[in-house]
Amino acid sequence: MPLLHRIVRTDSPVICFTIDGAPCEGRAGDTVLTAVLCHGDRLRHSEFSGAPRAGFCQMGACQDCWVQLEGGERLRACTTELTEGMQIVTQRGRSHG
Amino acid sequence: MTRRIDCDVAIVGGGLVGSSAALALRSMGFSVVLLDKGFCGAQASGVNYGGVRRQGRPPEQLPLSQRSHAIWPRLQQLIGIDGEFLRSGHLKLARSAADMASLEHYAADVAPFELDLELVGHNQLRERFGIAGDIVGGSFCPGDGHANPRLVATAFAAAAGRAGAEVLERTKVTGASRTFEGFALEAGDVAIKARAVINSAGAWADSFAAAFGEPVPLERTYPSMIVTEPLDPFLSVNIGIEGGGIYARQVTRGNVVVGGERAAPLADSDFSRPRSDGVLTIMQRASELFGPLRHAQAIRFWSGTEATMPDRNPVIGPSATTPGLIHAFGFSGAGFQIAPGVGEVLAELVRDGRTSTPIDAFSITRFSPASQPGDASQAAMTTGSKETSP
Amino acid sequence: MAERASPLIVGAGPAGIRAAITLAAAGLRPSVIDEAHACGGQIYRQPLALDGRDDRARYGSDAAKASRLHRDFAALGTGVDYRPRSLLWNLGDGVADVLRDGVSQRLSYDGLILATGATDRVLPIPGWTLPGVFTLGGAQVALKAQGCAIGRRVVFAGSGPLLYLVAWQYVKAGVDVAAVLDSAPLSAKFNLLRALPLAPGIVLRGLRMAAELALRGTRVQLGVSGLRIEGEGRVARIVYRSASCEHAIACDGVGYGLNLRSETQAADLAGCAFRFDPRDRAHLPVRDVSGRSNVAGVYLAGDGAGIAGADAAEAAGERAALALLEDRGLPHDPPRADVLERALATIDRLRDALEAAFPFPSHWAAGLADDALLCRCEDISAGEARRAIGDFALTEMNRLKAVTRIGMGRCQGRMCGAAAAELLAAQTRREVGAVGRLRAQAPIKPIPLAAGLSVDERQHDPAH
Repeated sequence: MPLLHRIVRTDSPVICFTIDGAPCEGRAGDTVLTAVLCHGDRLRHSEFSGAPRAGFCQMGACQDCWVQLEGGERLRACTTELTEGMQIVTQRGRSHG
Repeated sequence: MTRRIDCDVAIVGGGLVGSSAALALRSMGFSVVLLDKGFCGAQASGVNYGGVRRQGRPPEQLPLSQRSHAIWPRLQQLIGIDGEFLRSGHLKLARSAADMASLEHYAADVAPFELDLELVGHNQLRERFGIAGDIVGGSFCPGDGHANPRLVATAFAAAAGRAGAEVLERTKVTGASRTFEGFALEAGDVAIKARAVINSAGAWADSFAAAFGEPVPLERTYPSMIVTEPLDPFLSVNIGIEGGGIYARQVTRGNVVVGGERAAPLADSDFSRPRSDGVLTIMQRASELFGPLRHAQAIRFWSGTEATMPDRNPVIGPSATTPGLIHAFGFSGAGFQIAPGVGEVLAELVRDGRTSTPIDAFSITRFSPASQPGDASQAAMTTGSKETSP
Repeated sequence: MAERASPLIVGAGPAGIRAAITLAAAGLRPSVIDEAHACGGQIYRQPLALDGRDDRARYGSDAAKASRLHRDFAALGTGVDYRPRSLLWNLGDGVADVLRDGVSQRLSYDGLILATGATDRVLPIPGWTLPGVFTLGGAQVALKAQGCAIGRRVVFAGSGPLLYLVAWQYVKAGVDVAAVLDSAPLSAKFNLLRALPLAPGIVLRGLRMAAELALRGTRVQLGVSGLRIEGEGRVARIVYRSASCEHAIACDGVGYGLNLRSETQAADLAGCAFRFDPRDRAHLPVRDVSGRSNVAGVYLAGDGAGIAGADAAEAAGERAALALLEDRGLPHDPPRADVLERALATIDRLRDALEAAFPFPSHWAAGLADDALLCRCEDISAGEARRAIGDFALTEMNRLKAVTRIGMGRCQGRMCGAAAAELLAAQTRREVGAVGRLRAQAPIKPIPLAAGLSVDERQHDPAH
């Protein structure tokens, strides 16, 4: 179940990307945060508790929406524009309890 | 109104040296006042890299270092926390054949001290430690490790407080003089009479020593550190590099701490901040040496104010001018590991006027060849309650 | 005479834009660095792509101001050295370190106007890290800039003017807003009467929004306490206390915040002195009415130096730019400066009344459960903080940080710093202004280690 629900831009051009390998479609003008949370309900997991996180401030302040790309690059989801072919990883990371 | 305190020992400076001395003195039954102009463990003791390392120290430091080595695993019982001490081993890397030869010489030199150094070749570095890059070899000291500096000194001070030491933070010593019975210290609205004084004031110790006629060539140095976001474990050992460069460790929570370069003092030289070019250089070197850091984020930088002596050895021992005054400062960026041992040594000096650990190399008289060597026995003091020993 | 370097403006919100326009009009070519892709700041943020909505639909009654700022800034063209998508990560001695596209560059400046803005002030509550909980500002960004709602059935909680504004914007967008839960009691709202003569338009608009919310079926509840958010892996309901009864409302999205807090890291790195501001309950960089800080050549404007809103930010940005011009020996329009200062003084009185109408929930620290997370970056609970404060007899924020890691994570205390100070103050029975403030450290936000790879090759030690 997605966390975010589009009200506008529902017919903007499609941008294809993957979340943990699964093909997904975003829309031109999406941030990575929007694109991912329009499909699911998490962006990352706390390194310490393993609890799911899905951003918070959406303005680059809280730093709770960092995701990785397949190649290891980090993106702050709320301030990064979705681009074609992004391979986004939300499952990586581990728990130290 | 001025508060008056009468005590056996006043300790000026609540870093790891002063705090561990306070705890050791309390266990001997002395009454102790521990003074800090700011907060205990907030200066160099609290903001250093956190290396708990014997390897690389000059031979004259190793007896003291070995004494400390025995204390680190006992932190839990001594101060109530383990200080995140990890006996991870310390691996010193050589980037050239010359550096490797230097590591080999060192291993031979310190063989009598039983550090169990193991020389490791290029291939083994990759297999055992995952070290890539242009590294020729290394020297591994399995008993060394690392700990969390933010916790250790703070916890020593808190333990000293629980053991009955009077801990006075935000209390700057503004006046100190030798009296017939001992010392008179003024600190804020507190007047302290003490029979002995320990000068463990770190980067501020030189002015205290100078006030007793013992100027020292202490220089302030500012290390710079970066820490990464938490990462999957990949670095099991504390890393150093022969000839300098960077040093790195990964904490249990996953953050990697990397130090190197020098920071710059601020207008108020009590404070400092990493320089941008310095941290960028550290980041560059770290990301070249460790693959997992290539995409990692740096989340925090910091610096601290350290006291460095020209010969990079500390000053430890009785004053040459003033009976009852004992110095312990100038650890030159390498005080964290040996400080708990120094605390015990200082307590012995107070109680007995001498110590079982050789410290002659650290005498303050080495900076004043013209002055008379001090008579150590003058620093000894007697107390009715010295039944306990550490 | 050697040519002086250009002034640097940090932030392209209303304060930064007005400052840039003023400097450019005087013949200077300031650099403007901003993290966003386009100017406007948070309040007048522009979308990444056209989405079919005009400014009226996006910014409501603020549309005219937004349009004018965007247009005026764009009209500067090459008259400013505008650097969007650029993060200021360190400052010192006339040099700014700026990260853009993963590469760090050094930028020399002569004269610095900090217009760094604000984010939501958050006081952690149980469940605040659950997916589906966003700050009020975050909920607003989702709607305004991305055209998304944070849920199908949403609750807004906390306090402050933004609480009602965002709820109303969501209702207007057709989202089911189940409730607005305001921690301020009804008695506090009578302070709006004080605000009325100072800014009748703003106050009446706010009252109209509250009335419309109620009319459209949104429960507007004042004086709530004991907020907590529950759900398995995401928001399922919000629970609160009112008139000593506990209530639960099912929802799948929550917007939460209590007024705003200033982004002061850059001012700290620039060497500005700070003082505690009782109204904002925060340590703020010291500035005079013109925006001059205590550091020569450093000026402060907008919400980054104390919360006053977008209109004040515009005035303060222009005023600070005039101060910079004066200090640089350039024509600086003193009558205009007087007009701006009078406008700022009026807004300041308005802020007093608004703060009283949306007061800080003084019961929060005592009521926070031990198992609630205080620091969301490092996963430190309120109980862990309380234990450390007791065990180590802590009385000061940087010591609390050193011992517990609170404020040491990726956000550097942005989200938890204010809350940790309240907790420390409450437990040690001190005023919150007496426990100190977290000292800012570079980097202002995380930067990749690979940014170091752009270091000049000269710095390679040949011995490597």
